[in-house]
Amino acid sequence: MRFRLWGTRGSIAVAGPDTVRYGGDTSAVEVECAGDRLVILDGGSGLRPLQADTGPADRVDILLSHLHMDHVQGLPFFPPLLDPDVEVHIWGPISTTRTLRERISRYLSPPLFPIRVRDLANVMFHDVVPGEFQLGSIHVTADLITHPGSTLGYRLVEDGSALVYMPDHEPALGHRDFPNGPDWTSGFGLAQGADVLIHDAQYTDEEYRERVGWGHTGVSHLAAFAEMTGVEKLVTFHHDPSHRDVDLDEFHAHLESLVDGPEVIRGTPGLRVEV
Amino acid sequence: MRSQQPVEMILLRQVASYLTIPMWLMDGHGNLIYYNEPAEGLLGIQFDDAGPIHADQLSEMFRVTTLDGAPLAEHDFPIVSALNKRSPSHDSVRYCGMDGIWRDVAVSAIPVEGQGGRFLGVFATFWEIGD
Repeated sequence: MRFRLWGTRGSIAVAGPDTVRYGGDTSAVEVECAGDRLVILDGGSGLRPLQADTGPADRVDILLSHLHMDHVQGLPFFPPLLDPDVEVHIWGPISTTRTLRERISRYLSPPLFPIRVRDLANVMFHDVVPGEFQLGSIHVTADLITHPGSTLGYRLVEDGSALVYMPDHEPALGHRDFPNGPDWTSGFGLAQGADVLIHDAQYTDEEYRERVGWGHTGVSHLAAFAEMTGVEKLVTFHHDPSHRDVDLDEFHAHLESLVDGPEVIRGTPGLRVEV
Repeated sequence: MRSQQPVEMILLRQVASYLTIPMWLMDGHGNLIYYNEPAEGLLGIQFDDAGPIHADQLSEMFRVTTLDGAPLAEHDFPIVSALNKRSPSHDSVRYCGMDGIWRDVAVSAIPVEGQGGRFLGVFATFWEIGD
């Protein structure tokens, strides 16, 4: 299994000379697996360049971590959703009150957007209950993680290799003694022992102290979570929109100084990693 | 692999840790997985000393009767009732904790159900009944 990052920015897409290396598009990750199918993690603005590069597939599965705008705003700009020859499956967290289709239709309907869900071609929606399911050769485990609203983390396993995706996650929230006590740490069960962890890297420690409960991770907690879970590689993701490339260089130098064990990989658009 | 508590229980524990109301968190098997500091006063033992308590141990550690001192069937205790019936339960009872002191308390137990109908356990509050 291999994956490629297309959208790495968090919260809102950014553009300009200060965000060239770490990217400006929001969450979208292409997962290359066996067979003529495409698996994508989240539907942020990174979906647009992704499709331009990968070309058509017979079937596309899009796993949404949650429905905040930066994770779904690319959906209507993704041509397979309007192509009757492509079967598209959209997976996202279940809700008590509305189906996934109904919730996405709040965005894909006027006045917010001219295209309606009913205009989509060959699209099926799946309300995901925490648990396990199979996508071709990939075994998927989904579980809720701490982030405002219902948010899923995903663990994808193919041929014994595990990729874990937690783009928006605050692992220290609700913890009395983080990073001790993994039993009470959100996301631990999913991430434990993974070959690669793609994880929220939104805040410096100073920023995190001002934004506890916003659902994102400070750099020290990110390092501690990666070590606690024993992952082999940590890929940073969901960079704060206010962080320029030079700020993120500094952020990553700090992160690398804190992490003793997992290899830190800087999440940048176009990055391709073998799991 | 080690297991991890469901995120709903992690967040409930955080809420409980900030409240002045004595609160228990039970998992779906009836194990006492957390109680907050105000509950320590009622139970007569600190959580850090006791740690999680297996369901089988609970009935040995805490004696419960009606307010009149009559025996109370285990399935009538609100927490057990909420666990078994998966519906809210409330009653006033007399119980004796690890410190050997009998107390009269009102117990309210609420089942915790996560998205997708996942039964995760019960949280219970205890109000000491004054004279």
